[in-house]
Amino acid sequence: MALEPDEASRLAALLEDKQEELVGAWTDRVAQSLRGRLSRAELQRQTTELRKGFQSALAGGATDLTQEAAAELRAQLSDLSTGRARQGFSATETAVSLFALKEALLGVLDGGDAGNLREYVAFSEFVDAAALFTFDTYVHVRESLIADQAEQLLELSTPVVKLWDGVVAVPLVGTLDSARAQVVMERLLQTLVDTGSPYAIIDITGVPAVDTQVAQHILKTVVAARLMGADCIISGIRPQIAQTIVALGIEFGDIATKASLADALRYALNKTRTRES
Amino acid sequence: MSDPVERIAVSTDQDVVRVRQLVRTIAVSAKLSLVDQTKLVTAASELARNTLVYGGGGTVEVTRVDNGRRQGIRIVFADQGPGIADLDLALTDGYTTGGGLGLGLSGARRLVDEFDIETAVGQGTSITVTKWCR
Repeated sequence: MALEPDEASRLAALLEDKQEELVGAWTDRVAQSLRGRLSRAELQRQTTELRKGFQSALAGGATDLTQEAAAELRAQLSDLSTGRARQGFSATETAVSLFALKEALLGVLDGGDAGNLREYVAFSEFVDAAALFTFDTYVHVRESLIADQAEQLLELSTPVVKLWDGVVAVPLVGTLDSARAQVVMERLLQTLVDTGSPYAIIDITGVPAVDTQVAQHILKTVVAARLMGADCIISGIRPQIAQTIVALGIEFGDIATKASLADALRYALNKTRTRES
Repeated sequence: MSDPVERIAVSTDQDVVRVRQLVRTIAVSAKLSLVDQTKLVTAASELARNTLVYGGGGTVEVTRVDNGRRQGIRIVFADQGPGIADLDLALTDGYTTGGGLGLGLSGARRLVDEFDIETAVGQGTSITVTKWCR
C-alpha cells in the first residue's frame, strides 16, 4: 500500500505542524534504544535534520523512497548510516532509530478514523523503506571497511628488512596465498635490486602450515631471486613443519634451509666472508 | 559417542583458510600432538584446495570419532566435479594436471592414518581421511 500524493502532502503538513512534539518523542525513543552512547544533543540534531528531510521529501510529492523528490532524504539516510557504521553501532540500532519515527508519529496523530489509519500504514511503509535503505548503506560501508583492512593487512604483513650488509630477510607471517606470495616476491626482488644484496633469507617461523601451494610459492620466489644473482636461505623450519614437508614429499633441492633466523644469518655471513677472502 | 559434524562449504580460497582453522581448532581440542596437528591441517589444506580447484567446489565435514580405544578426527571432502579418471596416476608423486607440484593428493595420503577415496568420472569425488590420537 503506497502513499497517495494527497496523503503525502497531508503528512508533510503534519510533520510541519507537530515538529517539536514529534522530534522530542522521536529523540526520546532513539536515546532509549542507544542507551546513552550518543549524546542527546547529537541525537536531537540528527532527528531534527531527518524530520526536515522527510517533510521536504513528502512535500515535494515523493510517494516512494526511490523517487527524485526523496534524493535529499536518501543522502541524509546514507550519511547517518555511514556515521553509525563507523562509530561501531549495529545495523539494527541504526534501523531502529528510524522505526522510532513511526511510534513518535502515532503519538501525534489525532482521533482514530479510517483515513488516518490508512495514511499511517502507508507512511509506515515509507519509513520501513527508509530503514531498509540505511541497512543497505550500513552493509556497504562495512564491506568497504573490510576490503580496506584486507588491503592494509596485505601491505603490513610483508616487510622486507635489511639484516646486515648484503643480507635481507622476509619474515612471513600467516597464510601465504597467491596474492600475498606475489606481493612478497615483488618486494623481495625489488629490495635485492635496491640494496644489491647477494643473500636473502625467507623466514617461515610465522607460517602455521606449509602445504604444497605455500612450498611452490617459496620455490618460485627462490628461483626468481637466483636469476637475479642472489642466494636464498629458508629459515624458521620447526620440527613439525619439517616432518610434514618430508611426508608430503616436497623437496627443496639444493636450497639452504635452517631451523632459525639466527642460524640463517650466521650461514649468510660465513658465506660472505669466504667470498671476500 | 559421536560429536556434531562441522560442515563448511568450499567455494573460494577464503574457505580453504576456514577449513584449515576449523581443523586446527578441533585437532587441538582432540589433544593431537603438535606434529599430528600440523600434518592433519596440511592434509586438510591440500584436499580442500583440490576440492576447490579440481572439483569446482564442494563441502568439507569434520567429525570427532572414537573407536573405543582411541579418539580421532575424520574429515570428508566431497565435490560434484568431473571425478578422477585414473586414480593410480593421480596418486603418483609429481603428476599434476593443474600446474601444482603434483604432491597434494599423494602427500595428503601419507599425512593421515586412514585414507579412502571414492570417485567415478562424472560422479564427483569423495575423500575420507582419519587421524588417530597416539
